[in-house]
Amino acid sequence: MQNQAMTAAGPVSFYDLDEHAHPEGHSTMLGFWIYLMSDCLIFAILFACYAVLGGNLAAGPGPKDLFDLPLVAVNTAMLLFSSITYGFAMLAMQRGAKSAVLGWLAVTGLFGAVFLGIELYEFHHLIHIGATPQRSAFLSAFFTLVGTHGLHVTFGTIWLVTLMVQVSRHGLIAANQRRLMCLSLFWHFLDVIWIGVFTFVYLMGMLR
Amino acid sequence: MTSAPTPIDPIFGRLSLDALPLHEPIVVATFVAVVIGGAAVLGLITRYRLWGWLWRDWFTSVDHKKIGIMYMVLGLIMFLRGFADAIMMRLQQAMAFGGSEGYLNAHHYDQIFTAHGVIMIFFVAMPFVTGLMNYVVPLQIGARDVSFPFLNNFSFWMTAAGAGLVMCSLFVGEFAQTGWLAYPPLSGIAYSPASGVDYYIWALQIAGVGTTLSGINLVVTILKMRAPGMTLMKMPVFTWTSLCTNVLIVASFPVLTAVLALLSLDRYVGTNFFTNDFGGSPMMYVNLIWIWGHPEVYILILPLFGVFSEVTSTFSGKKLFGYTSMVYATIVITILSYLVWLHHFFTMGSGASVNSFFGITTMVISIPTGAKLFNWLFTMYRGRIRFELPMMWTIAFMVTFTVGGMTGVLLAVPPADFVLHNSLFLIAHFHNVIIGGVLFGLFAAINFWWPKAFGFKLDVFWGKISFWCWVVGFWLAFMPLYVLGLMGVTRRMRVFDDPSLQIWFVVAAIGAVIIAAGIGAMLVQFAVSIWKREELRDETGDPWNARTLEWATSSPPPDYNFAFTPVIHSLDAWYDMKARGAERPVTGFKAIHMPSNTGTGIILAGLSAVCGFALIWYMWWLAGLSFLALLTVAIAHTFNYRRDFYIPVETVEAAEAVRTRQLAAQGA
Repeated sequence: MQNQAMTAAGPVSFYDLDEHAHPEGHSTMLGFWIYLMSDCLIFAILFACYAVLGGNLAAGPGPKDLFDLPLVAVNTAMLLFSSITYGFAMLAMQRGAKSAVLGWLAVTGLFGAVFLGIELYEFHHLIHIGATPQRSAFLSAFFTLVGTHGLHVTFGTIWLVTLMVQVSRHGLIAANQRRLMCLSLFWHFLDVIWIGVFTFVYLMGMLR
Repeated sequence: MTSAPTPIDPIFGRLSLDALPLHEPIVVATFVAVVIGGAAVLGLITRYRLWGWLWRDWFTSVDHKKIGIMYMVLGLIMFLRGFADAIMMRLQQAMAFGGSEGYLNAHHYDQIFTAHGVIMIFFVAMPFVTGLMNYVVPLQIGARDVSFPFLNNFSFWMTAAGAGLVMCSLFVGEFAQTGWLAYPPLSGIAYSPASGVDYYIWALQIAGVGTTLSGINLVVTILKMRAPGMTLMKMPVFTWTSLCTNVLIVASFPVLTAVLALLSLDRYVGTNFFTNDFGGSPMMYVNLIWIWGHPEVYILILPLFGVFSEVTSTFSGKKLFGYTSMVYATIVITILSYLVWLHHFFTMGSGASVNSFFGITTMVISIPTGAKLFNWLFTMYRGRIRFELPMMWTIAFMVTFTVGGMTGVLLAVPPADFVLHNSLFLIAHFHNVIIGGVLFGLFAAINFWWPKAFGFKLDVFWGKISFWCWVVGFWLAFMPLYVLGLMGVTRRMRVFDDPSLQIWFVVAAIGAVIIAAGIGAMLVQFAVSIWKREELRDETGDPWNARTLEWATSSPPPDYNFAFTPVIHSLDAWYDMKARGAERPVTGFKAIHMPSNTGTGIILAGLSAVCGFALIWYMWWLAGLSFLALLTVAIAHTFNYRRDFYIPVETVEAAEAVRTRQLAAQGA
């Protein structure tokens, strides 16, 4: 036992002589979680900007003139549904049902695409009636906050499609399961952010 | 609101031959020198057929030690650029009296002081600090690499790509003329329509991605990869300060990313976040950027506090006095660093109560810092102090930094700040803490860990010359600025009317020249040490009789750091192993699982730099194309599932047999 020294309490080991398996990606979830929190900070800044600048209409249109709540409610429902269906995909993953995973991912992606479609329609409409991001600090902050969320959903959708290809090619191997978990965190995170946007920008905007 | 007046070419955007600063003889001469020097370096690499070696062993390496060294090299190169800017400013200000315009026109001078600040913080101090943490932390915690080795390589190349863009601005177009934080409305498109601010934005955004990712990487590494037995309160102090620094990075760099993104929207899209009209608020920018900016100064100094702790304890031959208080002081500083940002602009006019709050929090932060200083002093008290170079730098730090800290407390008093705001007193203060703290700490660290990285010590003679030139030069260069600041001289001035001020600027310039000698002596020190490396060779792996785990392995450490994972029983793990006679196992080696090298990081960073360049010059097609390529390469990378390999047991045995022979030759 060369790696041991004697002490009053008995032999003490200073080296671990066994090689332990350290599977790739054992810290990925923690790392991804921390990344999400850093992303959350970006949204925090955008929310802060909206809070400070949101009242600066520069004699332009305000929330009450612009927001179409029923449309935004439908949009919110799309994103919430997509979170549920992503949850179903994860449950299917636990069962090891590859085709069910792919099916639920496709449904999730579809909901995501509809969400983006409605958002683009809303933006197009606003710009069409002259409520452009350049019109006032309120509109700058509005378009940037909502648009940044939309950009995240866009990248999430690209990622989702990539993962569908990878799962169909390699199956539910450990690496793919880990990736699905990460995207799951990302997708639900965007949902939480959207609830903030819906409440803080749209609902409270109508009250103001 | 108004777009740039230059016509936009569909292919070259607003880039034309006019963008080359041919009318600036100083820049042209620099360009010629860079071309000749660059051609010589590239020629030598080709002549000695080093490209393959560089690519395989360095550029694509995911080894945290090599990435750490590459960060240090990047920091050193950028340091020479940043210092060239500094000495040009000193010369200009010493000359421009009595109707003289000096030798720099306003356009050029304003770029120089902006570039100096940006380069020194983002591309000198940050790479140095990140490189140091990258090299030392995994070794100190007994790990074989970081948690995400590929991400580490990618982070480095993103930082390098940002640095590349800043260097590019010297010869193509111009750099920002706004000061290092680019306050709007000056940095808005209306007042800075040219490419300078865009270089600033994209260089920082690209480097910022690298910094944030490397912060996440090191936090996870420290939390998840410590050797068995190393509880949080048994972590070396440097690892603790690194953990706090990386938490600060993760929790502050996204703010910078967001605020720069908003500034670029104002500039590119015409939004009104920070404009004077349509409801924008320039002070919003100033608040947001300092919410990043103040934690940033602690990002820079905290790791060096760790270095001073390791050095003081090692060279006093004692365990660190007050380890627990040191850890808590670090954590308190980490938290408080978020509560002081407004002291950078007391003059904003937010009222007495707000200013008082931020003034008090600023003064409070000096308490944990003071506690640290006393801990170092008590560690030295009745210690057997060895005045080796790292210890000399540490003592210089204690004296210099304390003075800088005290002038900081002076500035924290809001009424005093109304007088001293943006004066040379402020400039003297923060150079006092950044040079006296960050830079002296880095020099201590370089002298301390160089033998670990390369297997031989640094030359003491040239090290001492560099030390004395730096310390004397620093005091000579910055004390006059305190005096000038108290007399009311503001920062960023190009010419002066009052001839009685000139003598102070001349003294400051002499100080800068002495610092230049210190830098020269340091380069000579590196060269001489490499030349005499056989004389300076250390085969023990522990040349300083040190206390933490990185000294338990050979110098330089093998790729896998430790053949067997160490088991930790006490705070100073390696000291404990030596004291209790732990014997290094010499048989029973096994194959070791390691991550594979990959070229994806450098490719992604290269594409990012192209994309940034295209955005700066409004070459929309190139920006779109390079962004698409970026996405494609990133996605393609995820299709590679084979990212690891095993170092065969024979290789491990051979490397460890060499180590066994070396130790036997020492009579160990």
